[in-house]
Amino acid sequence: MEYFAPATLSEALSLLKKWTGKARIVAGCTNTIPDMRSKAVKAEALIDVSHLRNLSFIKEEKKRIRIGALTTISGLTFSRTINKYVPILSEAARQFGNPLVRNRATIGGNLADASPAADTAVPLLVLEATVVTDREREKNRQIPIDRLFVGPNKTILKSDEMIKEVTFSKPDLGEKCAYAKLGLRNAMAISLVSVAVLLQIEGGECKKARIGLGAVAPKPIRAYRTEDMLIGEKITESLMRDCCQSVEREISPISDVRASAEYRRSMVSLLLRRLIQQIVSEGNR
Amino acid sequence: MKRRNTYPIELMINGEWKRTEVIAQETLLHILREKLGRTEVKEGCGKGDCGTCTVLLNGKAVNACLTLAIQAHRQSLVTLKGIGTLEKPHPLQESFVKHGAIQCGFCTSGMIVAAKALLDSNPHPTRQEIREAISGNLCRCTGYKKIVDAIEMAAEKLR
Repeated sequence: MEYFAPATLSEALSLLKKWTGKARIVAGCTNTIPDMRSKAVKAEALIDVSHLRNLSFIKEEKKRIRIGALTTISGLTFSRTINKYVPILSEAARQFGNPLVRNRATIGGNLADASPAADTAVPLLVLEATVVTDREREKNRQIPIDRLFVGPNKTILKSDEMIKEVTFSKPDLGEKCAYAKLGLRNAMAISLVSVAVLLQIEGGECKKARIGLGAVAPKPIRAYRTEDMLIGEKITESLMRDCCQSVEREISPISDVRASAEYRRSMVSLLLRRLIQQIVSEGNR
Repeated sequence: MKRRNTYPIELMINGEWKRTEVIAQETLLHILREKLGRTEVKEGCGKGDCGTCTVLLNGKAVNACLTLAIQAHRQSLVTLKGIGTLEKPHPLQESFVKHGAIQCGFCTSGMIVAAKALLDSNPHPTRQEIREAISGNLCRCTGYKKIVDAIEMAAEKLR
């Protein structure tokens, strides 16, 4: 196996082109090393992008926040900007793996790995983030995050394409978010279910609703049909009951070593109800 | 047969520069134990679940088993022995002994390195912060209480 540590992005892109289909991009390696051990990766070359320091940043612009692909999960947990504008992303980062893994794992890696349980994907879905990528002959491709994932560990990225940054608009003042992750224990737990909710409620009426779900489908998903049931409505007990039934129909969980599909189904509706209630009660305070 | 590609690397371990040769997919844990004799870095699960291989890479606690050896090229590394030795123990090590925070001892190396990273950045941790800082390190003997006690007391002593 060959190893390359490109010093610039353009060098990385030309290596990716040259080794297309045969190379694996690595940074924190927290997924790649276990994958290599279990022989799930059969790359002929590793292209280590961890030296591209200028892809590690969190920038606040007037209306948007931009996060470089090489930003570590620890970097997200410690960022004042992230804490201030998008606490759901800080929350997801704090519940990610454990502190040792968070010091190595990157946001770009978590998205490119495309686990159905990818922890950063769920809040980024409700923030309607854009993933910005580069290839040698196509720069700055903008991919809405709900189009990035295709299935378990599969994205629409070409094999010579690399995630450069993730951007999203700062939530408006009226947009309230909440996030919950359920694992079998606190540290180093792969999500059984994770849910993020964004609601904008004005005069008792729900103007905007977004629901992101992790670990209950072949990829992280939005619950669009359930969102539509909320928009334009007053949030009542009976509407919440309908939403919980709807979200259970929108997902396709599997049974695995961690939990049964039935359990995941009931936990999704429980967490969704709790998060909606949490946002509604915060709004009433 | 195709020759295996090897790469020369140099890394600073506990303040001393060391050189060795690695292959691309070799882990930092592997070269520390097998090539550089640093057996104070333990191998437990080998896939990031147990934390017993914790080292400081440029001051940050990481799993040596989830880091490529080649990624430590020209970087600074601290292992348990860089924190303290039998002759010159660190207050954390003394505190672990004093509070009975060591039983079988297999997790201790990683625990102390993780605790050192915590105290370097936060000299006044709460018990909850201590528990979070060692949440990547498994101990199957102590139930963690004595480990948390030991870190808490060492923090007090170091202030």
